[in-house]
Amino acid sequence: MQYWIIQTLNSLALGGLLFLLAAGFSLIFGLMRIANLTHGALFMLGAYIGATVIVPGLSLRVPIPHVNLVVSLPFPDGLRNLWIAAIVGGLVLALLGGIFERLILRKLVGNVLGQVLVTLGVAFIIADFCLVVWGGDPVPIPTPQGLREPLQIGGLAFPAYRLIVVLIAVATAVGLYLLMERTRLGAMIRAGVDDMEMARAVGIPVSRLFTTVFCLGAGLAGAGGVIGGPIMSAYPGLDADMLPLALIVVILGGVGSLLGAFVGSFVTGFVYTFGVARFPDLAYVILFLPMILVIAFRPRGLFGKFAA
Amino acid sequence: MTAALAIEGLRKAFGGLPAIHDVSLEVLPGERRLIIGPNGAGKTTLFNLVTGDLQRDAGTIRLLGEDISRLAPHRRAHRGLARTYQIITLFPGDSLEHNIVLSLLGLSKSRWKTFAPLSVKSSLHEEARRVLARVGLDHLAQRPIAELAYGEKRRVEIAMALAQKPKVLLLDEPLAGLSREERASVKQLIAGIPREVTVVMIEHDMDTALDMAERITVLHYGSVIVEGTRAEVVADPRTKEVYLGE
Amino acid sequence: MKRVAWLIALAALLVGFPLASGEYYVNLTSQILIFAIFAASVNLLLGYGGLPTLGHAAYLGVAAYLSALLYLKLGFGSWIAAPVALLGTTLMACAFGLIALRAAGLGFLMLTLALSQVLWGTAYRWVSMTDGDNGLRGLVRPAPFGINLDDATAFYYFALAVAVFSIWMMARFVSSPFGAALKGTRDQPRRMSALGHDVWMIRWVTFVYAGFWGAVSGLLFVYYHKYIHPISLSLTNSAEGLLAVVAGGSGTLAGPIVGAAIVMLLKNWVSAYIERWNMLLGFVFVVIVIFMPDGVVPGVRRLIERVKAARGKAQ
Repeated sequence: MQYWIIQTLNSLALGGLLFLLAAGFSLIFGLMRIANLTHGALFMLGAYIGATVIVPGLSLRVPIPHVNLVVSLPFPDGLRNLWIAAIVGGLVLALLGGIFERLILRKLVGNVLGQVLVTLGVAFIIADFCLVVWGGDPVPIPTPQGLREPLQIGGLAFPAYRLIVVLIAVATAVGLYLLMERTRLGAMIRAGVDDMEMARAVGIPVSRLFTTVFCLGAGLAGAGGVIGGPIMSAYPGLDADMLPLALIVVILGGVGSLLGAFVGSFVTGFVYTFGVARFPDLAYVILFLPMILVIAFRPRGLFGKFAA
Repeated sequence: MTAALAIEGLRKAFGGLPAIHDVSLEVLPGERRLIIGPNGAGKTTLFNLVTGDLQRDAGTIRLLGEDISRLAPHRRAHRGLARTYQIITLFPGDSLEHNIVLSLLGLSKSRWKTFAPLSVKSSLHEEARRVLARVGLDHLAQRPIAELAYGEKRRVEIAMALAQKPKVLLLDEPLAGLSREERASVKQLIAGIPREVTVVMIEHDMDTALDMAERITVLHYGSVIVEGTRAEVVADPRTKEVYLGE
Repeated sequence: MKRVAWLIALAALLVGFPLASGEYYVNLTSQILIFAIFAASVNLLLGYGGLPTLGHAAYLGVAAYLSALLYLKLGFGSWIAAPVALLGTTLMACAFGLIALRAAGLGFLMLTLALSQVLWGTAYRWVSMTDGDNGLRGLVRPAPFGINLDDATAFYYFALAVAVFSIWMMARFVSSPFGAALKGTRDQPRRMSALGHDVWMIRWVTFVYAGFWGAVSGLLFVYYHKYIHPISLSLTNSAEGLLAVVAGGSGTLAGPIVGAAIVMLLKNWVSAYIERWNMLLGFVFVVIVIFMPDGVVPGVRRLIERVKAARGKAQ
């Protein structure tokens, strides 16, 4: 029983993290028709920034060639906690994402090859940047105090932090749902996803909408990286591990659909966690089986607005 | 007589909005049919359903008696259907001749050859020049499409469709955007299409197209409002309503 | 006439140069030839088919691993291992094509990426088969007709022969009626359907064909290095293939070959000075897209023309 609880919570927690990652990706794809291959790297950068906020004395290498300087960023000790780090990570990534979108990405709407090269290029740059600055060893991110002990209910232990991650993911999902259904911004996003031409014709400020959605997606990815920190740590290659998961979730769940991202994330989380436990060698193969089955029968995914 | 094109109970909705609402019509072999209606009436949607570019929600489409409703677009072409598009969809980087060759290849077994080079001296190229000659464009055969005038591009569009030796030809607003001279030459081209080919045309502007058709179908909000000979349709008060209501 | 002269000069150069060069350059050129086959196969999809793919390293990698495993685990020499590896990889391409072509454009791209990443991850984790991060070593080069290919020059001529054959086959493919139809589906897929072409089938056949030549480059790759590691299946590897095509220009068959040479030379030259190849690769991508959207070769040509025009004005 205990085993099932642990595995289920692991699955749910992974699903929750995937949702934070995939929701942004799906929105960006649905609205802007851009496959943001940088998304995994944004998640990873968020994790590293979070680590820098939380871990006192973490050494950072100044990324100037031939300059051998290692510094440690001062941060008030009182603020060294995960939640603040998540906010910082989210905001920094939102800002960087906005700059990237304004300066480079918006000129490439419709240019598939250009988008691919640019988002891939920036992903490589970020990945190597993190490698230079934070080094090749994984940076573990400590679980917040008070959540380190499992919750004891009825003689069974429930890993506390993972529960919190699930709650955060659900809260984010609810928040995004309210945003999409109850706010003007959400209405504009939905209109844009459904029919961009019509949205433009009706006077929706498409340009500003693009930037806002991209910032939102990047911010979610960044915050997700921090929140995932205690579970996954920050390590080189985190981006390459997360990107295919985001792709699988979005293809499986359907593009441009929040519900699709939600369902897809948790299906993927469960399949991956239980799959890895049972067949560790073939975990990756098991991972993409649901995606193939869904695509074979429904090219637009479970809840997609259109085929990718 | 089996209809060349028979549409029965055709329905198509986008989201909740019906675009084609229970349309039925029959075009006899050799007929020249004109489909008119104001913008948004569903004319191009109707064509897209017939060619298979759009999947119908309900209804049947029969080409010379054969039910093609479930066939993929390329298979409908093999059954004798051809079309032109409202927006010019030629291959801009290629020569006129090559454009027609691509059309001829579509129905030729050679299209699966992956090893022998497509020679410019091939029989397909000779046939392509013949097709171009029939529409008076063979002197431009080697020119790239991009260098052509708009009216000439329209004629190539039609030539491409004629190269398929279709049984039913769908022309989507063939006169759109043409100058007076260009319009006259395209009209002449269409008038010269042999009777073996059944021609169904969409036009938005009633005045220019009226003399090209024998029977006219008036479409409005996805339904057939009036249908009959030229005289009948022109006299029918509902026709005026449809257009004046705009 | 001038073109034939250029080709003869090139042929003479390619055939004659090992006799005048050191082993380092002969080996480097062998690597360029292998990469050229890979880039050309990517271009079948990208340039001729209009289907940008980010998963092509999968074919190189799987063919390499199959060949290596058939030798290490079952003792099969290349007479058997090579055709089996090619067949296996081609069958995989058939299956992957069925999946990836459920979508077009970005969806296709994401599916090829996801499929390839799955193989990459599996290569790392299926340690019992692939020895994970250690890679597979102790491999041997084939000995066609008893010729020992461990000699750099001998291997070079072998690679040259395979490259010439491969590129010739791909050239025949793109200039055939099928190739003309393929280019048509790139430019106007809806129109092609209306003309009677089976667009899906055209794309699928091309996908499998491109996978086959990717596998051929994979065999040469594993023969050259006598070693295979999961990193050869990585996104970076697929991206380098893409870069070669974009750098050389995707409109022609020669473009990817030139691009392959550019990328290989860059990699070799740069690695002496800069450790951060991935970051440089990233910057190159961004710069190319912003400043030279048609590719490096046309971009450079335009630059030269602009310089000439400016000089002309000055006079």
